[in-house]
Amino acid sequence: MVKSMKKNKQFERAVHGLFLILGLVTVASVLVITVYLVISGIPAILEIGLWDFLFGDTWDPASSDPKFGILPFILSSIYGTAGALVLGVPIGFLTAVFLSKKASPKVKEIMSGAVSLLAGIPSVVYGLVGMMVLVPGIRDLFGLPDGASLMAAIVVLAIMILPSIIKVSITALDAVPKEYEDASLALGATPTETWFRVSVPAAKSGIATAVVLGVGRAIGEAMAVMMVSGNVANMPSLFQSVRFLTTAVSSGMGYADGLYREALFSIALVLFLFIMMINAVLNFFLKGEKHE
Amino acid sequence: MKKYICMILAVVMIAATLAACGSNETKKVATDGSTSMEKMIGALGEAFMENTGATFTYNPTGSGTGIKAVKDGTCDIGLSSRYLKDSEKAEGLKETVVAIDGIAVIVNPSNTVANLTLEQIAGIYKGEITNWKDVGGNDSDIVLIGREENSGTRDGFESITDTEDACKYRQELTSNGAVLTAVAENANAIGYISLSSVKDTVKAISVNGVVPSEATIKDGSYPVQRPFVLVTKEGVALSKTAQEFFDFVTSDKANEIISAAGVVPAN
Repeated sequence: MVKSMKKNKQFERAVHGLFLILGLVTVASVLVITVYLVISGIPAILEIGLWDFLFGDTWDPASSDPKFGILPFILSSIYGTAGALVLGVPIGFLTAVFLSKKASPKVKEIMSGAVSLLAGIPSVVYGLVGMMVLVPGIRDLFGLPDGASLMAAIVVLAIMILPSIIKVSITALDAVPKEYEDASLALGATPTETWFRVSVPAAKSGIATAVVLGVGRAIGEAMAVMMVSGNVANMPSLFQSVRFLTTAVSSGMGYADGLYREALFSIALVLFLFIMMINAVLNFFLKGEKHE
Repeated sequence: MKKYICMILAVVMIAATLAACGSNETKKVATDGSTSMEKMIGALGEAFMENTGATFTYNPTGSGTGIKAVKDGTCDIGLSSRYLKDSEKAEGLKETVVAIDGIAVIVNPSNTVANLTLEQIAGIYKGEITNWKDVGGNDSDIVLIGREENSGTRDGFESITDTEDACKYRQELTSNGAVLTAVAENANAIGYISLSSVKDTVKAISVNGVVPSEATIKDGSYPVQRPFVLVTKEGVALSKTAQEFFDFVTSDKANEIISAAGVVPAN
């Protein structure tokens, strides 16, 4: 008896050890990536100068007088993500309210399936369809010479962030206790009033999480954006061709060398810090709400 | 991507050298130069290593640096994507053209323009000509499609048309295929791609009245082209392995590999 307990204990310890090691894989990956990005990203920033790098408005790394200003990328990434949220959040959020509160079980099942399918489509497919359908569409709709633009990127990103917004919002809305809604209805509120005055406020932290996930996906997307945005390092404008932080890195990596290559790592570092900052800020707000 | 292949090649080579511990020491050929030749010379180097077991290194630095490296003796064979200048020949360097890189200027098949002069192309890409009607086409804005910075094709196109750092691109795409698709999608687009990548979804226009083809590139009449040159020292014998490589690259056996890399073999 004592012996088998000892054996059990040893086994437990071994399992714990194994789990700890497996858990450390994640932590180690984050650490390695962070350290690597910082080490390889800092030298170019020092050489170019932090101000010139972050706030220079000209990116021309391959010319005889190279310029390494990434402000166009930073602004394009911010505008693109913000635009995707403006389009995607209302659509995703209202879809979630509909599916959670109004839709019949059958409709909910079919539509949820479609949403999951949308989440599973690889980004290169979004890019391809965007390139073949959306870009010519925007060109014809707005009478532009060419449709590859910030606008096209925003539409693609808005569609890409829909699944995460819808799914997480539904989970949050489904978790609202039925008693809240029953009480509201019993007091004479209409169903619509109940959804927006009772259910949504009760689920707001979950919905905010959905938005955070959307931001994360939008700002980190490279492939689909590269295929529809035109990829020229212009200062952002809705119908102009633009280049995002992500696409600046991926389009340059193939051939770049010397300071140009190092600058690409610096861009990756900036992108990394951006995503960290966004997560930190939104986490802060979410935590604050929970404590209230 | 190509850089990674080079890096992997380099690592493999170092490993091979260490493993062989001297026995392979003399079987080495070092090349240095043009980044545009990366695809072709990489494929040739791989085939050469497979056939002979020698080690092949390629340092993608640029034509100027490659020519200088031969002169200084820091590599066996220099790679240049332009002809040698007379001053360089006077310094005792010799050029051997292995391949010719033809760049096709493409437009949408619905475009009525079928011929442009080199000056018109330069004017279009510099943003001086912005409407197709100015070059004999319909009244619509020209949409400029090009490649990303540091692309060999862009470098070649801009140096031939003399539009370096002056192009006003609407789209900068990262592959020949992407440029092809963009031009096929847009009736007002103009783009440039490697001649070997041209498909019938687009129309390759003639330049200065010459239709781009393997024949017109070879005889030099099609102007948007540049040579891929091996640079060696005049009167100085190459090492045995370097000579083997040189002979292999200039032989008929290399032609298939050269064509597969998207350029026209010169021999």
